[in-house]
Amino acid sequence: MHVTSEVRPPLVTGGKTYSDVTDDICRQVEAKPTLLWTVAFIFSVIILIIGGYGAYRTLWDGIGRWGLNKTVGWAWDITNFVWWVGIGHAGTLISAILLLFRQKWRTSINRAAEAMTIFAVLCAGTFILLHMGRTWLGYWALPLPNTFGSLWVNFSSPLVWDVFAISTYLTVSIVFWYIGLIPDLATIRDRATNKISRIAYGILSFGWEGGAKTWARYEAVSLILAGLSTPLVLSVHTIVSMDFATSVIPGWHTTIFPPYFVAGAIFSGFAMVLTLMIVTREVFYLQDYITIEHIDSMNKVIILTGSIVGVAYITELFMAWYSGVQGEQYAFINRFSGPYWWAYWSMMTCNVISPQLFWFTKIRRSIAATFVISIIVNIGMWFERFVIIVTSLHRDWLPSSWVMFHPTTYDVLDYLFTFGIFFTAFFLFAKFLPVVNMAEIKAILKSSSEKGVFKRHLEIDTRSEKSVAEKNENIDGTNI
Amino acid sequence: MVNHIENEKYLVGVFEDEDILMKAVRNLKSIGVRIHEVYSPYPIHGLDIALGYKKSRLPKAAFLFGATGTTLALTMMTYMVTLDWPVIVGGKDHWPLPNFIPITFELTVLLSALGMVGTFLLSNDLYPGKNPKMFDIRSTDDKFIMAVDLSSNSMSADDISNVLKENGAAEVNEKQFA
Repeated sequence: MHVTSEVRPPLVTGGKTYSDVTDDICRQVEAKPTLLWTVAFIFSVIILIIGGYGAYRTLWDGIGRWGLNKTVGWAWDITNFVWWVGIGHAGTLISAILLLFRQKWRTSINRAAEAMTIFAVLCAGTFILLHMGRTWLGYWALPLPNTFGSLWVNFSSPLVWDVFAISTYLTVSIVFWYIGLIPDLATIRDRATNKISRIAYGILSFGWEGGAKTWARYEAVSLILAGLSTPLVLSVHTIVSMDFATSVIPGWHTTIFPPYFVAGAIFSGFAMVLTLMIVTREVFYLQDYITIEHIDSMNKVIILTGSIVGVAYITELFMAWYSGVQGEQYAFINRFSGPYWWAYWSMMTCNVISPQLFWFTKIRRSIAATFVISIIVNIGMWFERFVIIVTSLHRDWLPSSWVMFHPTTYDVLDYLFTFGIFFTAFFLFAKFLPVVNMAEIKAILKSSSEKGVFKRHLEIDTRSEKSVAEKNENIDGTNI
Repeated sequence: MVNHIENEKYLVGVFEDEDILMKAVRNLKSIGVRIHEVYSPYPIHGLDIALGYKKSRLPKAAFLFGATGTTLALTMMTYMVTLDWPVIVGGKDHWPLPNFIPITFELTVLLSALGMVGTFLLSNDLYPGKNPKMFDIRSTDDKFIMAVDLSSNSMSADDISNVLKENGAAEVNEKQFA
């Protein structure tokens, strides 16, 4: 049964019919690349190439090209790794967790968010591979039988847990994303006018027909994948946090890290989704699908997770003081007043103050403000990881080892390389694949779209004895 | 697995609204018409039950694959670092079960997801290069398509066609796959 809510705002505006949904989304896939897309794509490929030179030098000449030293063994490499993995978590949250919570507003953003997850995890993986130094021996991280006596990996190390966690996360995310794509690829296949498109989308859609039996099984698969992905995403960033939490470094060795990192990941991930979706909805004319209600809902998640992150910062400071442990206390005094104080205060302003602005409805429902704040949040989250890693390492237990860290050109170039990967992949996705899940939007169209269109199209109403005109009446008595 | 449907003649009812379709399915079933399958652009809540399909066993498969993953992970780690080459790490037991938990969890999820999805694709005959048997290509756009196999129904084609139209079908067409 379908009941169009009288109080909830519609999730799809503009009086769309099912075929409108198909047309609006497929149009972007079927049209020739626009000038804007071409320019953006070429720009991201240039970044990829410039950054790629940095990656090549790092691989060939070694990690000595970075600004690392004996005291600061991790800096931009791991900061960037955690930053990208964190961003990836929003896609799974939107797809999986919001599905379990039956939040229909996820349907217009979940595909793009999942794509973002996959590309972000790929970027994170790039840093894992680069930071090994001898990347070509990377397979040594796997528990494979070998000729060293069979020397096995250390299963008690979070670094090995990461190998399994990130690989599983990437694989399951790709699978979840692709299964969701199949019905939409079939839609494009059935509309295709040129032979290459028909064959290509035909192969990609696996021969999907859309029968009720298949759909029933598809729904079971989606539900189970969502149920699996939810603890998966929570476990992945927990395991990443344990790279730090299971150590003995002051500022790292705290039990608050798992929930703190997970909340921070969702926080930065939603910010990145907002940044991407605000641009995409303008460029692809998707304002009727990604409405101000969607942006409003995402901003509420930002308030929630940003507040958790803020509380975590205060908790860390409190526990450092309350514990009486001088090493821990110094770690935090150094953070807010030592040589990296500017990084710490950037983190505090960007992450604690800016999301709190969304309590004000005017700001929360302003596209421009949301766009700016989403970028500020991501900058702040980068500084958070930088502060955690570098300030704790550069001054830990032995003062004679205290040094400063300075990034080199190759630290920057390798970061740029991952931006090149991310945006090139995202623009390819936006051009050749449907950015919105058409099937899911159609499934919520009757219950959550703007009133009027569906009732007018019905000749036989199966729900009540009222006349068509009576049913078309709005709350205030008008008949639109 | 999907039945072979070449050389069979089908009546294809085209519906434009999912509620009308649902009512039609119930009415046709009560009259005794055998419906081959209903095709839609999105999953319709309750349609599989109305058509008499049993609940999917994919969740059970997912559980079994997951259990395999758990077993695999624990067996692998116990053999490698407890039995084959035990090393003292952090002063802990040679069988540190708490340390094994993250990897055990990850492999459970991995095998469960991959196994269930593989089973899904196999059982629905979905693979790259498969040629779909479309009764009406608008079923992936905006129409709801009900396919009735004439050879498995005793009612005549005209009778079924009339019943479909009475229950709200916008069009009734014939379809035969070569």
